[in-house]
Amino acid sequence: MSEAAAHVMPQSQTDQVAVQMVGVHKWYGEFHVLKDINLSVDAGERIVICGPSGSGKSTLIRCINRLEEHQRGQIVVDGVELTNDVRKIDSVRREVGMVFQHFNLFPHLTVLENCTLAPIWVKKTPKVEAEEIAMTYLARVKIPEQATKFPGQLSGGQQQRVAIARSLCMNPKIMLFDEPTSALDPEMISEVLDVMVGLAESGMTMLCVTHEMGFARKVANRVIFMDGGEIIEQNNPEEFFNNPQSDRTKLFLSQILHN
Amino acid sequence: MTDATQTHAPGTHPDLPPPLGNRGAIKWMRENLFSSPTNTVLTLLGIYLIYLAIPPFLDWFILNAVFDAGSRAECWERASGACWSVVIVRFDQLVYGFYPVELRWRVDLSAVLLAVALVPILFDKAPYRRGWFVFSLIYPVIAFFLLWGGLGLEPVESAKFGGIMLTVLIGVTGIVASLPLGIVLALGRRSELLVLKVISICFIEFIRGVPLITLLFVASTLLNYFLPPGTYFDLLLRVLIMVTLFSAAYIAEVVRGGLQAIPRGQFEAAMAMGLSYWKMMGLVVLPQALKISIPGIVNTFIGLYKDTTLVVIIGLLDPLGLSQSILADSKWQGLSTELYIFIAIFFFISCFSMSRYSIYLENKLHTGHKR
Repeated sequence: MSEAAAHVMPQSQTDQVAVQMVGVHKWYGEFHVLKDINLSVDAGERIVICGPSGSGKSTLIRCINRLEEHQRGQIVVDGVELTNDVRKIDSVRREVGMVFQHFNLFPHLTVLENCTLAPIWVKKTPKVEAEEIAMTYLARVKIPEQATKFPGQLSGGQQQRVAIARSLCMNPKIMLFDEPTSALDPEMISEVLDVMVGLAESGMTMLCVTHEMGFARKVANRVIFMDGGEIIEQNNPEEFFNNPQSDRTKLFLSQILHN
Repeated sequence: MTDATQTHAPGTHPDLPPPLGNRGAIKWMRENLFSSPTNTVLTLLGIYLIYLAIPPFLDWFILNAVFDAGSRAECWERASGACWSVVIVRFDQLVYGFYPVELRWRVDLSAVLLAVALVPILFDKAPYRRGWFVFSLIYPVIAFFLLWGGLGLEPVESAKFGGIMLTVLIGVTGIVASLPLGIVLALGRRSELLVLKVISICFIEFIRGVPLITLLFVASTLLNYFLPPGTYFDLLLRVLIMVTLFSAAYIAEVVRGGLQAIPRGQFEAAMAMGLSYWKMMGLVVLPQALKISIPGIVNTFIGLYKDTTLVVIIGLLDPLGLSQSILADSKWQGLSTELYIFIAIFFFISCFSMSRYSIYLENKLHTGHKR
């Protein structure tokens, strides 16, 4: 995988493909945020997307669960093409979990209620069963004892772990992480990254926007560098970090690694 | 006091009470009443004013008041204080208006049932809340038949409704009906559907741009011109609708303020989970938005409750309207102070209860989230 820049899968393999983006463009008004994005993510693949701020990396993964609408091109998630059809959007969102930079837990609900809300109301899981599932995932992120507390009573790291558990309760096929550690105090970053590493080891398909290069080296199959709304370079972590091809990648890596 | 500092071995220092004058009432008074020369002067001045005002007021209000006279003249002969007899003799009328005496048990019953119906709505710890809630939902129907008659009960025209009963009827109906309508209008105003949005904005801005009195006049007179001739449409019902619409427009704006305070991330997290619009609003956004809006909502409700006194202008006899007719009685002429104080006490109790309830609710819903 030395020159993996063109990574578009042939159509016959779509059942293996979790996310397929072909010629995707997006504009905010006049501003061209995403320029001709072609990206194919296999099931079980773990991808880290990095790049300077404003490069469109968050917008890219937010297009995958239609929090942002793309204006040109094609996005197929788990075999469903995203269009204006609300039913398709809902079915994609049921299969795609998302973790946000600012956690976005629901402050008026307890930790447990945060985790059971979607299973009960979207998947129609019975309440008792949903609570059992939630407790399993809360145990997996190592905070089962906080189940009855409200998010406002937890630390940032704990809140982000709850947010991960909350997404997992929907049993998603794909997980999106939008800078999950950027809003955390330094001493809390590792507890969240540990959970993410564990998740990666379990075989989850993951797309992570993050600047945690240690995490990228450890778990990513592929690192994507974006700048100015384009995918500049993508490669396996070893090649990406040791042998970056583009000047912009080199500059970015030098800024982020040697500070 | 040189040996006041005892020494303890490190790690063995016991918990001591704070020194006297540094806790309890003395500390409180020192901090709040006598913290500076200005504060001390103001405190003393305040005490002096209370001393000037309270004794004469008590004199008039209770000590020299007459409770069992037959007329104003008798009152003034017997003592110099308040003549509460007018309130006591006309009490039933102030409460029921001209509702037929032998049917007043129906008003009492609907008041008791109202209290029963409100419990599961106001207090989430009420036992058997779900079943109880069903009763709350059908209560309006029960109350309608109890008050207006029908279903074998003798009918009573709404022109005979009056007094406190009328105030409570208009106030409670307006409050209960305007909250859901206001929420729908607030959502409509923020909707992405243009038609819905325009309708909501027009409605809210029109209603807010017009005084309540105007709407009440429309209800009492103009509406007859618009309705097909011969249709009879109960005046009180028309007033109830107008009061509800009026209050809903204000509630809509208060709730919209609450909705705007909800961070975008909350919407995104709910959408990312696959919640539909109504589930997102009902489960995630509105519970938070309404919590923020509680002070504004209750403020609007208290305003609405007191505005019910305006119905006197279109001839409905609320307590203030009744007091006009009582004062026209030659036996009780000139006793407006007593009647108005009675009505003021009634309104104060109602509104203060709402205010306290809203504070209780805010505390209960506080979940330690930093905002």
